[in-house]
Amino acid sequence: MSTPDEAVPVVPAAPKPMRLAPLMTLDAKFFWDAADREEFVGQQCGDCDRHRFPPAPMCPDCNSLNTLVVPLSGRGTVVSWIKPIHPPALGFKEPPTVALIELEEGTRFVSNVVGIPFEQVTLNMAVEVCFEETMGNHKVPVFRPSK
Amino acid sequence: MTTRHAAIVGIGATEFSKASGRSELQLAAECAKAACDDAGISPKDIDGMVTFTIDNSDEISLGRCLGVKDLAYTARIPGGGAGAAATLFHAMAMIDAGVCENVLVWRAMNERSQYRFGQASANMSSATGGHSTGSLLWCIPFGAMTPGTWGALSARPYMEKYGVTNRDFGLLSVQQRKYAATNPKAWFYNKPITLDDHQNSRWIVEPVLRLLDCCQESDGGVAILVTSLERARDLKQPPVRILGATQSIPRHVEVIANYYHDDLTMMPEAAGTAKRLWRQTGLKPEDIQAAMFYDAFTPQVFVQLEAFGFCKRGEAKDFIADGQIDIGGKLPINTHGGLSGEAYIHGMNTMAEGVRQVRGTAVNQVRNVRNVLVSSGMAGAILARA
Repeated sequence: MSTPDEAVPVVPAAPKPMRLAPLMTLDAKFFWDAADREEFVGQQCGDCDRHRFPPAPMCPDCNSLNTLVVPLSGRGTVVSWIKPIHPPALGFKEPPTVALIELEEGTRFVSNVVGIPFEQVTLNMAVEVCFEETMGNHKVPVFRPSK
Repeated sequence: MTTRHAAIVGIGATEFSKASGRSELQLAAECAKAACDDAGISPKDIDGMVTFTIDNSDEISLGRCLGVKDLAYTARIPGGGAGAAATLFHAMAMIDAGVCENVLVWRAMNERSQYRFGQASANMSSATGGHSTGSLLWCIPFGAMTPGTWGALSARPYMEKYGVTNRDFGLLSVQQRKYAATNPKAWFYNKPITLDDHQNSRWIVEPVLRLLDCCQESDGGVAILVTSLERARDLKQPPVRILGATQSIPRHVEVIANYYHDDLTMMPEAAGTAKRLWRQTGLKPEDIQAAMFYDAFTPQVFVQLEAFGFCKRGEAKDFIADGQIDIGGKLPINTHGGLSGEAYIHGMNTMAEGVRQVRGTAVNQVRNVRNVLVSSGMAGAILARA
C-alpha cells in the first residue's frame, strides 16, 4: 500500500508521433508494408536486374512485368538537402532536414537526415537508413550519418 | 506538307488580384471574351479549346458562357505551369493541321482566395498520379509538402556545383520587380525592391529560397486566341506567328519533384524543349531578342537560360549580374515582372507578355523585336513577327 509520501514516479507517456503517414498506392504498398517492419526494400527487374525507383509496375529498361522486391543496403550519400521554414512542415515540431539520398543501388530517395544538425550536413555525406514512426502506426525510412 | 501557319491574334486577361470576388468560371469567361474582342473574332466561332489538366472550369460550361456553336477539339496539358507553353503547341498543331479555325487557350483561377498552391495541405490525395505529378507522395512524410520545398530540393545540387548562392537569385528577383514597377497591370506596380530587401526577406526554404524568390499566389484569368496566319491578316491586331512550339518530358523527369534524372545540375526538360525548338525554327539563341521564362521560383530561370544556350552552364549568375536581362541587355527576360512581380496565372500571363513584345505594345518594350522565346520548362514556343 502506498502512502502520499511514497508517490510512484510518473513515467511520461511516449509522445505520439506527429509525422504524416505515407500515402498508400497499390504500386507502392510493398514498400510501406516493409517499412512498417523496419525493412528497406526496392524493386529490381526480374529479367534485366536493374533497380528502379519510384516504384512502378513495369521495368523502364526492358518493359518486363517480372518484378522482384529485394532488400536494399540502406547505405547512401546526401546529394541535396534543405530546411523548410515557411510554411512550417506539417508533422514536425522543428524544421526537418529534407534530403535527397543517392542509394548504393543507384536509385535516389527523398527522406530526412536525422541525428545531425542541418548546418553540419555536407554534400556526399555517407548516411545509413533507420526508421521513424508516423501517425497511424506506420514507419518511414530516414537516414543518419554512417557509423 | 503544312501550308497553314498558326498565329496568335488575341490576348485577354482579367485584373490580377488576391481576391477576385467571383467564380473561376466567370474569370475564364471574362478573359476568353477579352481575347476574342482583342482579335475581333466572335466567341461563338471558337472551335478548339485548350487548358491545363488542373483548371477547374470545364470546356462545356465555358463554351456555354461564350456561346460556342460547335467545338471540334479539346485538350488539356499535364505538368501544371511547367507545361504552360504546351497549350500553344496544341493550338498550333490544330491550326496547322486544318482541324480548327479558332483555338482558345485559357487558364483561370482563384489561387489566392479559394485555395493556395504555396501552402501544405493535410489532404495530399492531390499529390498522387493523375492529379499533378507522379512522385510527390514520396515527399510528403518527410516534411516536403509545398512547391517551394520540392523546387528547393531540386535546385540545391545546381547551387553546390556552380557556387550559386541565394544572393545570385536575388539579382533576378530585383530585375523582375524593376519591370513590374513600371507595369500598371502588375500586383507590384510602383514597388521595386533592392537586393537588401531581397536578402532581408524571410527564408521560405534554407538555403535556397527567400520570400522574394517565390512567385505570388494570385486570382485571375488569361486567355490567348490562335488562328491561321491567313485569317489573322484580316483581323484587328498585327498577327504574332507561332514559329515553333513543342513539349519535352525526357525520361525520369518529374514536374517539380525532379530528383530522378541523371544530372541534377541541369533541367533536361528545358534542354529537350530547346533542342526541338531550335530544330523546328532553324533559329539559334542569338536570333532571340527577348525571352519569357516560367519562374515559379528564381532558380528555374537560371537553369532555363543555360538549357537554351543563352549562356554556358553555371554562368547564368554572371549573365544576370552583368545586366544582360535588363531592358538594354543581350536578352531582356520577363519584362512584365514575371510570376513574382506581375501575377501567378500559372505562366499564361508570361506568354501573353511574349505576344505584346512581338506586337510592340509591352510597357517595357524591347527594341527591334523579331523573335521571342516563351518557355515554361517542359514546353516552349517561339513567337515571331509575321
